[in-house]
Amino acid sequence: MRKLIGILLLAIIAGGIVLSLKEIPFGIPKTKIGQHFIQKGIEETGSSNIVTSVVVGYRGFDTLGEITVLFTAAIGLGAVFGTYRKRKADIKAEPPSLIVDTGCRFLFPVILLVGAYIFFHGHITPGGGFQGGAIIASAFLLMYLGCMGKRIKDNTSKVIEVLGGVTFVGLGIIGLLIGKEFLFNFLPKGEPGTLLSAGIIPIIYIAIGLKVGSELSGIIDNLITKSQ
Amino acid sequence: MNFLNNYIFYIGAFSLIFIGLYIVLVKKNLIKVIIGLNILDTGIYLFLISLGYITEGTAPIFSKYSLKAENMVDPVPQALVLTAIVIGVAILALAVTLAIKLYEHYGTLDLRKIKEQKW
Repeated sequence: MRKLIGILLLAIIAGGIVLSLKEIPFGIPKTKIGQHFIQKGIEETGSSNIVTSVVVGYRGFDTLGEITVLFTAAIGLGAVFGTYRKRKADIKAEPPSLIVDTGCRFLFPVILLVGAYIFFHGHITPGGGFQGGAIIASAFLLMYLGCMGKRIKDNTSKVIEVLGGVTFVGLGIIGLLIGKEFLFNFLPKGEPGTLLSAGIIPIIYIAIGLKVGSELSGIIDNLITKSQ
Repeated sequence: MNFLNNYIFYIGAFSLIFIGLYIVLVKKNLIKVIIGLNILDTGIYLFLISLGYITEGTAPIFSKYSLKAENMVDPVPQALVLTAIVIGVAILALAVTLAIKLYEHYGTLDLRKIKEQKW
């Protein structure tokens, strides 16, 4: 009965979507704003990766809202686990074998390096703060799975997280202080395609990378250590 | 065939969305519902990305100066999806946390057996 109602409901929605989707062609440019970003983006922001210039430059305020959503989710997760009571005996896990332990110790700094590379070069190559942060969090996930008993320091990750957020908002407010709009790109744009270009965009993306990395690591830490 | 060539990405995206919606509507296990929501999420990312696609287009990154701006795909949906993926992971973690707490409280993940929940 439930299945029938579900399928019926979905069929109605699917009919409506097919009717409207027939009007949307595939494979041709649809928005004027996207064309403008591609044509003018490199001279207006100095970043040769147009996606980065949209995320941090044109839509920087929106990105500030999105990392706030991420922050709220991480805080909510911590709050839900806050009522955690220590069980009578923590489950004793078997220590990892030599191969797993050595591999984890060897790979951990390499993954951190790749993550840092990806968010330092977010304005010239594919990548950026969100992707680099996710890679850094995956390094910490490997550490929790492979090197049993090691964990991140709670306060250090909180400090890095807060510093990332403060850098983002502070750079935005400097734009207001010199008489322009919030998140105004006040640094010299430099030559597109080099590491020191695009003004405040790489600095903000590094801050986002550190913030996302420490937040996702905090989520992993909460899920693994407090839910046993 | 022409129809398939033109609409295959939309069909794929909406198949994922409807599979996700069906799981959310029909399944009784909370973990399966969360997995359904995640599949729905993936379908939406695919739909947004395929809206911005341009036939034979390249990524909107000027890694070489010889690249022409006319051949590049729309950067706006990509920028939206980029942040949406990371937020999706955080929301998934929050949902799993709530499921863990529900299991600790009621001793079951079956939505029909959780008494306070009216459906």
